[in-house]
Amino acid sequence: MQTLYDKLWKSHVVQEGSDDTALLYIDRHLVHEVTSPQAFEGLRIAGRRPWRLDSLLAVADHNVPTTERANGISDPLSRLQVDTLDQNCEELGITEFKMNDLRQGIVHVIGPEQGATLPGMTVVCGDSHTSTHGAFACLAFGIGTSEVEHVLATQCLSIKKAKEMQILVDGTLGHGVSAKDIALAIIGKIGTAGAAGYAIEFSGGTVHALSMEGRMTLCNMAIEAGARAGMIAVDDITIEYISGRPFAPKGDLWEKAIAYWRTLRSDEGVKYNQVVKLDAAIIKPQVTWGTSPEMVTTVDGRVPDPLQIADSVKRKDMERALKYMGLAPNTLISEIYLDKIFIGSCTNSRIEDLRAAAEVIKDRHIATNIKLAMVVPGSGLVKLQAEKEGLDKVFRDAGFEWREPGCSMCLAMNDDYLSPEERCASTSNRNFEGRQGPAGRTHLVSPAMAAAAAVAGHFVDVRKIH
Amino acid sequence: MEKFCNFEGLVVPLDRANVDTDAIIPKQFLKSINRSGFGQNLFDEWRYLDHGELGMDVAKRKPNPDFVLNQARYRGAKILLTRTNFGCGSSREHAPWALQDYGFFAIIAPSFADIFLNNSFKVGLLSIVLSESIVDRMFCEVNETEGYCLAVNLEDQMVTTPSGKSYRFDIDSLRKSNLLDGLDEIGLTLQHVEKIKAFEEKHRVEQPWLFK
Ligand code: SF4
Repeated sequence: MQTLYDKLWKSHVVQEGSDDTALLYIDRHLVHEVTSPQAFEGLRIAGRRPWRLDSLLAVADHNVPTTERANGISDPLSRLQVDTLDQNCEELGITEFKMNDLRQGIVHVIGPEQGATLPGMTVVCGDSHTSTHGAFACLAFGIGTSEVEHVLATQCLSIKKAKEMQILVDGTLGHGVSAKDIALAIIGKIGTAGAAGYAIEFSGGTVHALSMEGRMTLCNMAIEAGARAGMIAVDDITIEYISGRPFAPKGDLWEKAIAYWRTLRSDEGVKYNQVVKLDAAIIKPQVTWGTSPEMVTTVDGRVPDPLQIADSVKRKDMERALKYMGLAPNTLISEIYLDKIFIGSCTNSRIEDLRAAAEVIKDRHIATNIKLAMVVPGSGLVKLQAEKEGLDKVFRDAGFEWREPGCSMCLAMNDDYLSPEERCASTSNRNFEGRQGPAGRTHLVSPAMAAAAAVAGHFVDVRKIH
Repeated sequence: MEKFCNFEGLVVPLDRANVDTDAIIPKQFLKSINRSGFGQNLFDEWRYLDHGELGMDVAKRKPNPDFVLNQARYRGAKILLTRTNFGCGSSREHAPWALQDYGFFAIIAPSFADIFLNNSFKVGLLSIVLSESIVDRMFCEVNETEGYCLAVNLEDQMVTTPSGKSYRFDIDSLRKSNLLDGLDEIGLTLQHVEKIKAFEEKHRVEQPWLFK
C-alpha cells in the first residue's frame, strides 16, 4: 500500500542513494528574480547549460511595482534584479512572463493558472511557498539557490525522503470561515515546527469540498507548519480546474493524462507516520497576534498573557512578540485597531479570494482610521477576471486601491511597505518581524476577515457583519 | 565548496526560538545579485539601531549595543548557539551565505527548519542538532564563561566543551562526506548523465504531456 507521497516519490527516482535519499527527476522548475541570479551565474562560470528548457517557466514578481508600470522600476537595485532575470532568460531561451505581460503574476499563482503545474509532477522553485502546487497532487517544494543551479544543470535533485503526516479535516466549514482559517488553525495546533521533517497530505471531506483556490491556500501554508511539501489527492475538482489551460495537455493526451492522474491518491487504509485530525465545524475565523504564524487565536479571543506560560523560552518569545506588536496581554482581538489592509500574496490573491473580500465590502466603505487598503491581484489574468466581474469597482468604491499584480507588501521588496509601528491586517502568510516593513506589525487573516477589518477599522467577526 | 575541517571556535548565544530567515537577512539585502557580502547585514534589524539598506556604509551605522553579536566578548565567534526551529521561513540561501560570510562555521540548535538545514549544507555551513537539554546547558555555560569555545570534529561527529565533555551529533552520511570532501554536487550528479537520460526517456513515454 502506498501514500500519494510514495507514489510521487517512486515515479521520479532516477537513482536510490543511502540514508533514504534519492536522486529525483524534476518535471517543472519555476524561476523568479530573487533567488536565481547567483544560480545562473554559477551555471555560466561552470560552462553549463540548462538541461531541459521546456521544464522552465520564469516570472518577475517580488520586485515589481504595483502602481503605474509604464515608467518601469524606479529602485535601481530592484530594476537590476528584474533585468538580470530578463537577460538570463533571453540568453538561454527560457520562457518568461515579463513585467508587462498580461500573464505575469506571483510565481505560485501563475503556475497553476497556466496549467504549468500538473498532477503527478515534481515541482520546484527557489521559494518556500512552492508547497502551494501540492494542491494538484504534485510533489512540490522550495529549494535554495544552490539547488536552483543544480536543477538547471541536471534536471535532478538529491533529496531525503520525508516522513508523512496526514492532516484529516472533516465537517462543514461555517459561513465566513475559509481555507486560510483552516491553515492557521492547524498551525496554531501543531506549531510552526510541527511538521518539520514531514510531507503533509491534507485529506478529508472538508479539504475535498474546497475549490482549487482554497486547496492552494492550504498547501501554501504547509511550509508555515514546518513541512517542505503539502499535497492533496486528485479529484474531479482538480481535473476540471486544469482543463483547457494553456500548458495543459489536449485531445488524446488529455484523456491519457486524466486516466493517470486519477490514480494519484493514497491507497485506502495506508498508514502515515503521524495523523492530525481537525473538526472543520468548530473552526472560527483566525487572527494572529504575534510574530510567528503559530501565535494565533480566534477572532473572539484575546491576546494571551505571558504570565500564564510555564516554559521560560516560550514565555520570553511571547513577551518579545507582544512588545514588538505593541499589544498588551489580554486585549480583546476585536479591540485591535488597524492602519493598513493588504489583500494579496500567493496565499490569498486568487479570484475566489477577491470575490470573498468584495462580498464583504460591497456597498460599504473602509473606516476613517484606515490609512491605506489595497488589493494586489495574484496575476494579470486574475486582475482581468476580477475587472470583468466588476470587483475592481466594488473595491474602489469602498476606498481600496486596486493595484497591479506581484508579491507587493507580502514581503515589501518593492515600494509597498508598512512604516514603523503601522499595524496591518494582511492575507499573506508571514507575520515575522519586519516582514512587511521594518518595525511593521502584521496580523494574518483570511480575505473576508481583512475586508471586514477594513470596514470596521479593527478586527471583527466577519460572520457577524455579513 | 571548500573542504570542511575540524575547528575550535568561540560560541555566541542567540537565545531565541524560531529565528526566521527574514531576521537572519532582511529582504532589502536580497536585491543583491552577488553571492557574497551579506555578513555585514546578518541579523540587520537586531544588530543596528538604524534601518539598513543595501550599499550603506556599515562603518557609519549605529550598532545596537544590546544585541549579543555586538558584545565585545563574542567578537570573532565561529559558532552560533541558538534555540529550536532555527532558519524557519523563506528558502533564501542568502541566510546561510550571510552566516558564513560573517564568520560562522557552525550553528548549534535543538532543531532546524528543513530548507535552511538543506541550504546550510549546500554552502558548507555545518548545522548541528543537539538535544534541548544539552543546548540548555551550553547556554548556561556560555553565559557564565567568557571566551567559551567548542571544538567541532565532523569526522567523529563530536562537539567538545572546554571542560572536556563531548557530545555526539547525527548527520546524514551523504551530507557529511560532501562537507568533508568539499565536492561539487552538480559534478557528482552529472556522473549519472546516462541514468538521467534513460529515466527521462522512460518518463517521456509514460507521461508524454510533461514534455513539449
Ligand atoms: S507572495 Fe509573498 S510568500 Fe508568496 S512568493 Fe511572493 S513574497 Fe513569497
